Amino acid sequence: MEIFLQQIINGLVQGSVYALVALGYTMVYGILGLINFAHGEVVMMGAMVSLSALSLMAGLPPLVSLPLSLLLAVAFCMLLGYGIERIAYRPLRHAPRLAPLITAIGVSIVLQNLAMLIWGRDYHSFPQLFANHAHRMAGAIINDIQLAIVVAAFLMMAGLMLVVHRTRLGRAMRAVAENQHAAQLMGVDVNRVVSVTFMMGSALAAVAGVMVSANYGLAHYYMGFLLGLKAFTAAVLGGIGNLRGAMLGGLLLGLIESLGAGYIGDITGGFMGSQYQDVFAFLVLIAVLIFRPSGLLGERLAERA
Amino acid sequence: MPNAHEAGIFKRQRRRILLAAILLVLPFAVDGILGRGWLRIVDFAMLYIMLALGLNIVVGYAGLLDLGYIAFFAVGAYCYALSASPHLALAFPQLFPDGVHLSFLIVLPAAALLAGGMGVLLGAPTLKLRGDYLAIVTLGFGEIIRIFMNNLNAPVNLTNGPQGISRIDPISIAGLSLNATQRIFGITLPSVHLYFYLFLCFAGLVVFVSQRLEKSRIGRAWMAIREDEIAASAMGINTRNLKLLAFAMGAASGGISGTLFAGFQGFVSPESFSLMESVMVLCMVVLGGMGHIYGVILGGLLLALLPELLRHSVLPMQQALFGKTIIDPESLRMLLFGIALILVMLYRPAGLWPSRVRRRELSSDERPDETA
Amino acid sequence: MRYVPLLLATLLLAACGKSATDQPSDSLTVRIGAAAPLTGPQAHLGKDNENGTRMAIEDANAKGISIGGKKVHFELVSEDDQADPKTATIVAQKLVDDNVSGVIGHLNSGTTIPAAKIYSDNGIPQISPSATAVAYTHQGFRTAFRVMANDAQQGHALGVYAAKNLGARRIAVIDDRTAYGQGLADEFIKAVTALGAEVVSHEYTSDKSVDFTAVLTAVKAKQPDLLFYGGMDAQGGPMARQIKALALNVRFMMGDGGRTPEFIRLAGDAAKDVYGSLPGVPLEKMSGGAEFAKRYESEFKQPIQLYAPYCYDAVNVMIAAMQKAGSTDPAKYLPALAAISHDGITARIQFDGNGDLKGGAVTLYQVQQGQWQPLETIGGQ
Repeated sequence: MEIFLQQIINGLVQGSVYALVALGYTMVYGILGLINFAHGEVVMMGAMVSLSALSLMAGLPPLVSLPLSLLLAVAFCMLLGYGIERIAYRPLRHAPRLAPLITAIGVSIVLQNLAMLIWGRDYHSFPQLFANHAHRMAGAIINDIQLAIVVAAFLMMAGLMLVVHRTRLGRAMRAVAENQHAAQLMGVDVNRVVSVTFMMGSALAAVAGVMVSANYGLAHYYMGFLLGLKAFTAAVLGGIGNLRGAMLGGLLLGLIESLGAGYIGDITGGFMGSQYQDVFAFLVLIAVLIFRPSGLLGERLAERA
Repeated sequence: MPNAHEAGIFKRQRRRILLAAILLVLPFAVDGILGRGWLRIVDFAMLYIMLALGLNIVVGYAGLLDLGYIAFFAVGAYCYALSASPHLALAFPQLFPDGVHLSFLIVLPAAALLAGGMGVLLGAPTLKLRGDYLAIVTLGFGEIIRIFMNNLNAPVNLTNGPQGISRIDPISIAGLSLNATQRIFGITLPSVHLYFYLFLCFAGLVVFVSQRLEKSRIGRAWMAIREDEIAASAMGINTRNLKLLAFAMGAASGGISGTLFAGFQGFVSPESFSLMESVMVLCMVVLGGMGHIYGVILGGLLLALLPELLRHSVLPMQQALFGKTIIDPESLRMLLFGIALILVMLYRPAGLWPSRVRRRELSSDERPDETA
Repeated sequence: MRYVPLLLATLLLAACGKSATDQPSDSLTVRIGAAAPLTGPQAHLGKDNENGTRMAIEDANAKGISIGGKKVHFELVSEDDQADPKTATIVAQKLVDDNVSGVIGHLNSGTTIPAAKIYSDNGIPQISPSATAVAYTHQGFRTAFRVMANDAQQGHALGVYAAKNLGARRIAVIDDRTAYGQGLADEFIKAVTALGAEVVSHEYTSDKSVDFTAVLTAVKAKQPDLLFYGGMDAQGGPMARQIKALALNVRFMMGDGGRTPEFIRLAGDAAKDVYGSLPGVPLEKMSGGAEFAKRYESEFKQPIQLYAPYCYDAVNVMIAAMQKAGSTDPAKYLPALAAISHDGITARIQFDGNGDLKGGAVTLYQVQQGQWQPLETIGGQ
């Protein structure tokens, strides 16, 4: 029981990480119908920038340096997101579908290698700034950072829901998602809305990057790729374009992975084991796309309004 | 007029003969000027060209973005590795005490068929998916296949897992082993030369098939699907079967290339079939010119040779300029690929060497908003 | 547009002309090839190999060695295999083209195995300083040697230490599904089960993972008293941290991929008491070993990364065989190489029938006070 509970916690934490990243994917997809392949790399950039900022501010008390570095990372990623959209996606908004997808792959490769040139290939250890207390619940363990990740994921989702459904900007976003042309005719500045969406998604990515690095004590130029892929799976699972779906999908995927890795060996009598952990994510993705392409919670941002 | 027409045919024929002559003496030229190591690079480039041409059928003609294409290469490679090496003796010592040693000429069509079958298997459930979803699903398939190859050493040791399969028989045709220096008609042909000619034959075959397909009903139907699927099916095109055919043809080409790779290399392991390789092949197709055979060949050649060129130019240049290596050529290569992908899509969406038709299509392609 | 391909082809040819090879005629020049990844993610290890090889060659030239009555000048031909099996066969062919008398390399098993075929086809002796996959020397090539304990030898030593010296009875194993990690873990399992210990759990991860909580929790459920990880430091470090965070109370052990300063840096406090291994005898215990380390640091301005001493030994073994045979001709000195006995800085080097290191000493280490401290050497003579 204790072990089962621990696996649930592992899954929830991992799932919240996926959800944090998936929210960014879903935002962009909801508005533009575009898979921002480079989103995972933005997460990585966020982690790297905050790490550099932290090492520059090594003398300051952590209560000052951590929020400051987080802010820096967020600001940097917002700029980056804006830049990516401006350079690689906007000129192709009316091009055939393949085109932006290919530039997205290009952006992802460029960011990864830029990061490698700037920060090197080594794994960087993320400093532990606060005592990371462990809490025991019926034998299972969860620590402060992990709790923070779960809470942050829910807060972010709630915040985004508020923005999308309760503000003027949100209404403009939904309008653009519904029909760019009509929105433009109604006086919505489509380009501005899209830029803001990208910046919001990138800000989320930065926060996710910092939390992930703090949790694992690691940052690395390659960390964004697989994370991005898994988060994308989560977004699709929940119903891409749907904020609550991203959250649900993330948590589910995390649970599937941890329970799968933990118990598949026992279930199949040792025939399959945790070596197939990554297969689960892809199988879920394929199954969802084939049998329920709209995901568990269905519809895009616009239709939810 | 008839004279001019005849002259045109004559000219084209002369060009073909010239090309054939160049290709025939190429291995000797490369060997003589640059050395045999470079000929090996050219051999690998031929394999990549075959891969790129295969993917071109899927991406270029039918417009289906496949990000897991290298899986078919892997299927072909493992097919030959298992059926022409002592490896299976480990898994089934009673059945195959010395492993399996089938002839290349038997394995090759079987591998092509198997890879083609896998293509259909992958294609069938994904037919309804739109471009971007399809890309992700194929990526997933590619990774799944790699993960299985990496792990199927237990409970039955089928693929030898991450250790890979070594001691694969070299390719031999009609008793003539390509692994040794052979004398044919008084000409001494070392092993790398022999492999070059073999790869040339198969690359030629793939080019020929692609060319015939492009001009056939099938090819035109693929392009119709690529441009507008709904309109195509309204015109009576069976989009399902044609898409499956594209997947199968592309995969079969990948399978052939993989078989040749395994025989040439003598060793296969899952690390040769990573996602990055799929992206590389896609780059070749996109940069060269989607849907244009010569463009794709150029793309394949460029990208297969580029890492070598960079290594031989960037490193010495940096050493001379700064006295140390600042940018690793390996990362520079990837950086350049990434930038090239973006730039090509922005400014030359039909590739470096586009086909005339495609150029026309893309330049007049100012369709109104369709995202809604 | 039509001329673009032609232009490119010409450029290509122009860009990469064969390097001219002038040889001084008075003394015999012998070329020794070296192949390792000099670019890419493992460049630091590859450079380290190249440095070790270069030092040995410089030493030999400084000493002034004559073979068969002729004064010999050794020349290093270094190639970059990018840790890629395809590129490895290309550079192997290039080294053959360059008429090398022997090759020191490659670094990884995945590159060494396919390259070995090309060296064997051309009769050129190859000594790998670091490829540990058993398959490398079991392809039936007479030209393939290594100066490093293979996975079987190292896995065995680790297993013996775990089951006998540490008295572990319930053992859990995690491997990273790479050729190295899986090979080592399998041999470890063989060794501990032969000694009567039970493998209660075998879990897997990948060389790109960062989250090991799920597999570690699965391990925890089986209550092992020792956990062995077959993999590299970049995953081992975070894994050690997560072991601690999950309050998984086991002794943690790794092979040479984890016995690095990098591991200690990444694992932080969790590195304490972790076990690791390194083939060979600790450098400071071998004659000339400590001196080698000092010279290496002063020449290359960095500490030894991992395999440089093995490369140094590999070159010296090769030269010793040439001296013994009185010839630098691969066909002539190959038998001498197979029968050599040479006191290197990592071990006494003798080869068995396959070309593997006889004895294959392995030293166990533990992290104490933030440093890897040698505990005991297993095997060897």
